[in-house]
Amino acid sequence: MRKIVLIGSPNVGKSAIFSRLTGINVIVGNYPGKTVEYKRGHMKLGQETVEVFDAPGTYTLEPISDAEEVAVSMLSSADTVINVVDATNLERNLYLTLQLLERKIPVIIALNMWDDTKHRGINIDLDKLREILGVPVIPTVAVTGQGIKDLVEAIPKATSPSTPARARDERWAAIGSITEQVQRVTHHHHTWRERLADASVKPLTGGIIALVVLAIAFLLIRFLGESLIGYGLEPLFDNLWAPVLSKLSSFLGGGGFLHNIIIGKLIGGEVNFVQSFGFLSSGLYVPFAMVLPYVLSFYLVIGLLEDIGYLPRLAVLMDTIMHRVGLHGYAIIPTLLGLGCNVPAVLATRILESKKERFIAATLISIAVPCAALQAMVFGLVGEQGGQYVAIVYGTLLVIWVILGVILRYAVRGFTPELLIEIPPYRLPLWRAVLQKLWMRVYGFLKEAVPIILGAVLVINVLYFVGIFDMIANFTAPVITNLLGLPKEAVTAIVIGFLRKDVALGMLAPLGLTAGQLVVGSVVLATFFPCIATFVVLLKELGTVNMLKSTGIMISVALISGGILNLIL
Amino acid sequence: MPDRKQVTLSQMQSGQSGVVVQIEGGHSLVSRLNALGIRQGKRLTKISSMLMRGPVTVEVDRTQVGVGFGMASKIIVELDEVLR
Repeated sequence: MRKIVLIGSPNVGKSAIFSRLTGINVIVGNYPGKTVEYKRGHMKLGQETVEVFDAPGTYTLEPISDAEEVAVSMLSSADTVINVVDATNLERNLYLTLQLLERKIPVIIALNMWDDTKHRGINIDLDKLREILGVPVIPTVAVTGQGIKDLVEAIPKATSPSTPARARDERWAAIGSITEQVQRVTHHHHTWRERLADASVKPLTGGIIALVVLAIAFLLIRFLGESLIGYGLEPLFDNLWAPVLSKLSSFLGGGGFLHNIIIGKLIGGEVNFVQSFGFLSSGLYVPFAMVLPYVLSFYLVIGLLEDIGYLPRLAVLMDTIMHRVGLHGYAIIPTLLGLGCNVPAVLATRILESKKERFIAATLISIAVPCAALQAMVFGLVGEQGGQYVAIVYGTLLVIWVILGVILRYAVRGFTPELLIEIPPYRLPLWRAVLQKLWMRVYGFLKEAVPIILGAVLVINVLYFVGIFDMIANFTAPVITNLLGLPKEAVTAIVIGFLRKDVALGMLAPLGLTAGQLVVGSVVLATFFPCIATFVVLLKELGTVNMLKSTGIMISVALISGGILNLIL
Repeated sequence: MPDRKQVTLSQMQSGQSGVVVQIEGGHSLVSRLNALGIRQGKRLTKISSMLMRGPVTVEVDRTQVGVGFGMASKIIVELDEVLR
């Protein structure tokens, strides 16, 4: 099958073009040997079906990061390259274009954000540009779909004009002469969007805007998540699935080994989706009805913030604070993602340049950034005792994040590079691209989490049945009871926390703990181990040695903070 | 020939504009800055800087770039205002 590769700098609307060209059936691939993801889809070109690849954004073909390296090596297998260029930023984008034209691959240029050139007072002579570059140049507006049809029709006309290879400074000189010939810029007045853009990177106004944006984001996530649960998934499980399970339960005789594994224990003679802990009861309810709604709403909101262009501004605002913990501003993005699910958050630490930063970010996320599932349980369980206890849990995690971050900053060898980041103008997001991204992320979560949850429920039930947990409980009881002040039964929950933290917190519910004990339990569960899914990606991202170091830190932090809380509360 | 003041990007005041005269850095820093539009001979305007040696935001060619304080200290800019 013929391969078309989309290549361009970050923030030029490449993904939007990609989603216009391909359908929803998009696969996220992992580049062999590299921890970089790319998107692959298909499109019709006349009678022929061709493969379309969305390469990671890159500024040059002299790669400085893994992602850029992948982009460059994808070129070698391309039959045709679509170079997506930001029409409002011609000069800067042409560097990559010239490098592409120096290679022997047919190129076609999508001059995207064409509509923006008018209100920004930019006038580009298209014919002149085509003549100088020697390849088709198609103006496009990916957000509205304008020009996409022309782009598709022009793909067969892609050519490779044998442009001579140049050195860096010669290339910039050539670009200077090109822009002089084809581009005229007239002055224009600041639009409200630009004024808002300026305000959001100034210390005072930017801080206020950040607080407002984050507050709205979190309220929206909670509202969407709760609505999905309350009006969608809970009634679905209660009205449709519960009757099926209770029939099955009586068919299996209401108890016994098989019953305990499939349905779980009956609570008050009924199947309880949270506490029964069977394969078909909690095993399905927890991932789909408790966790999925929050994951979905979280990724929707984060995806919107990404596509509007807010996150780089947050990175600039947070940079000073993040440097105190050995990170730079960009690390705010994986940290925020961690509030949804730690797995994609740890994966997102790849965007950080240095090993030191990746280690610190991954460790801090898996210790002190509670995922949506765990947060939902903290609100549900600890919240019953009063809002102040929820505040103590969050406050403790924040304090741990800061103290541990400062320690790691000095303890971990290596360097923390400085922030250097393009801040794109605010843009209206393309719903199609937002939904495509949402679907890929949610699908990734389901693929990763659901089998683990189901497996965990199964394994735990079997281990429970053969008495392994009692053994562990007896063995570790002195630490748990003396240091943390928790009852012996809580050990089972903490061990299960390795598999699913939300489920584990749920297991503390029937123990009749005091508010203080619940706070200790929540903090210990949050900090102790990452859940198994996070554990696996940590292992992949950090390697065995650093993973073990990170785990050692986690256990120490959990015991110290739990012990201190136990003394105070 | 009017006398113009040369300062580093981190010393510039927010709202001031000038032309990049030099980037005091290695090949890789220069390449990265170039790719984001910060090059010798380019006009830029400083939009903001964060407190406590935080990053600087500049506007070059109608787009904004966030630059860490240390890097910003290596970018020498000739200010537009003429010294009196």
